[in-house]
Amino acid sequence: MSLLIDQNTRLLVQGITGSAGAFHAKNCMDYGTNLVAGVTPGKGGQLFEGKVPIFDTVREAKAATDCNATMIFVPPPFAADAIMAAADAGIKLIVCITEGIPVQDMQKVKVFLKDKDVTLIGPNCPGIINPTAKCKIGIMPAYIHKPGRIGIVSRSGTLTYEAVWQVSSLGLGQSACIGIGGDPVHGMTHLDAAKLFAEDPNTDAFILIGEIGGDEEEAAAAWIKENCKKPVAAFIAGATAPKGRRMGHAGAIVAGGKGTAAAKQEALRDAGIVVAATPGEMGKALVKAMQAKGAL
Amino acid sequence: MNIHEYQSKQLFERFGVATPKGAVANSAEEAAKIAEAFTHNQYVVKAQVHAGGRGKGTFKNGFKGGVHVVDTVAEVADVAGKMLNQVLVTKQTGEAGKLVSKVLIAEAVDLKKECYFAILQDRAASCPVIVASTQGGMDIEEVAATNPDAIVKEYIDPALGILPFQAVNVACALELNGPLLSQATKIITNLYKLFAALDCSMVEINPLVVTTDDKVMALDAKFNFDDNALYRHPEIVEMRDESEEDPREVEADKYNLNYIGLDGNIGCMVNGAGLAMATMDIIKHYGGSPANFLDVGGSATEEMVTNAFRILTADPQVKAILVNIFGGIMRCDVIAQGIVAAAKTIDMKIPLVVRLEGTNVEIGKKILAESGVAIITAENLDDAAQKAVAAAQ
Repeated sequence: MSLLIDQNTRLLVQGITGSAGAFHAKNCMDYGTNLVAGVTPGKGGQLFEGKVPIFDTVREAKAATDCNATMIFVPPPFAADAIMAAADAGIKLIVCITEGIPVQDMQKVKVFLKDKDVTLIGPNCPGIINPTAKCKIGIMPAYIHKPGRIGIVSRSGTLTYEAVWQVSSLGLGQSACIGIGGDPVHGMTHLDAAKLFAEDPNTDAFILIGEIGGDEEEAAAAWIKENCKKPVAAFIAGATAPKGRRMGHAGAIVAGGKGTAAAKQEALRDAGIVVAATPGEMGKALVKAMQAKGAL
Repeated sequence: MNIHEYQSKQLFERFGVATPKGAVANSAEEAAKIAEAFTHNQYVVKAQVHAGGRGKGTFKNGFKGGVHVVDTVAEVADVAGKMLNQVLVTKQTGEAGKLVSKVLIAEAVDLKKECYFAILQDRAASCPVIVASTQGGMDIEEVAATNPDAIVKEYIDPALGILPFQAVNVACALELNGPLLSQATKIITNLYKLFAALDCSMVEINPLVVTTDDKVMALDAKFNFDDNALYRHPEIVEMRDESEEDPREVEADKYNLNYIGLDGNIGCMVNGAGLAMATMDIIKHYGGSPANFLDVGGSATEEMVTNAFRILTADPQVKAILVNIFGGIMRCDVIAQGIVAAAKTIDMKIPLVVRLEGTNVEIGKKILAESGVAIITAENLDDAAQKAVAAAQ
């Protein structure tokens, strides 16, 4: 599974009986994802959509269904615990959609996951989709995606959809789209995703969508400069954001002069990445990057 | 979320962090009564506003300085009287200034040493970090730029909390050793306990001082709290002073709308923080200026959309509105119903540009088309931004 999910993915949904959890579990199932179990403590023994068994604990779900990935919709006060419960039960891919988890809770999660063989995507993210394998773990509108060979990684949900839309409109499809989330403390980074796409035989090029705050885009750029031969395009949101204000995402803040859009754009350009001037030009930037490397 | 200095003092007292005696007054009489109870014969009177630069600020009544050190109780009352119910302008308040409705009366202390001490969340390391320097009272970013060796950092394991040796490391790096060491480790440890217990994103003590009678104290403090964790700290939420915030933001907050006021004339309503930022960027790119950042979120209801519209249209600087929605969790039909409901209750006099894409987009477009509301529709992001910029002119 070079892009984390495919037809062998056996999905668990934690928080499956809540309204968002149920809505999106159904959507994933309808798209083609193999949904094998749900977990809601206190509701063990029930069935979701008349066929998917619900368990009280992740451990029970894992034992009964051999689920190997989970999608978390648990409310913020309990979401960090849900991530750790999944990791403890041996789930290898954890996608946490929940927005609003306290920073301290996520720091403890990172300590808990440190020596475990687990990939965490999110929290506060739209999830991951592989249109070729017809598998999605997330809340993205499936119909805008097309099977293809372009990877997309982003800190923002709706901005990812925007990029997907533009790529699909160009007649190119996606190998995988990964939303890594807008929180300051999170799992998979831009660098991790860049490595996945760089090494994936089914990905020809990728788009990296960042925003103000932190320095993960710079870290990805530095790695790409040295290690990645594939064409890469990028966009950074928040060039016009006032300093010191959190722009919706808990992690989108320019603090102490660090994390500016200008610094990120500079690092990306320095790595040979084509940076889109506006969010409307992400698709065009990708084409330019691919043409420059003879990939289109 | 920010709090006032006098509220910081209350938190210090709760967590055993030494700080000069002080209390808050709403009137000159109250100020005098507080000062009378002190044993010191020098007092500090400080205007309570969230903005920095108070000492060098000027009141609109001509009185200079939001921080005064005085020698008598009568002077305390006099100075407090000149500050209270007056508007203080500092380099951070803008020309409008801030109304001072409370003053802090504290005992003045004589200092022989000033340090800088802060605890913040380190993003790259995913843990809290103590940042300290013997160069107290100065701008820490300037120290970091000119003399980085003067700054010491101690990373704290979030699962273990601060360990005794770490507190000693920091105290010794600040040269708070010898007879000061036990006081210093206690104040450092208790500040970390406060930071962790209250889910702070930053606690900055500038300066952390040694008095001439060898007491280690926190003289001034700046707190930031993790908004995501406020649900478990109702006592901190109670400290919120809405009069210090942008009234548009206070109103938006009531409806769980993520709103940040800006200076431009194009009101924006977008779903998703990244797309909202990108929408601001593209408006600027086409020569316009956004009036706000507004993320209606992934699970907005029709009522939230209606309220978002009310806030945008109530802003007199807004000359056009751009709605940019790419539906994922958020369904386009919900947005469309909200727009129609809002347009029917609010007397819309300004142009409205709408761009919808994503889940249930066809139903959404149909609702808009059949509503009879005057709407300029846009096909993509560039088209939407250009139409909004043109409409605002």
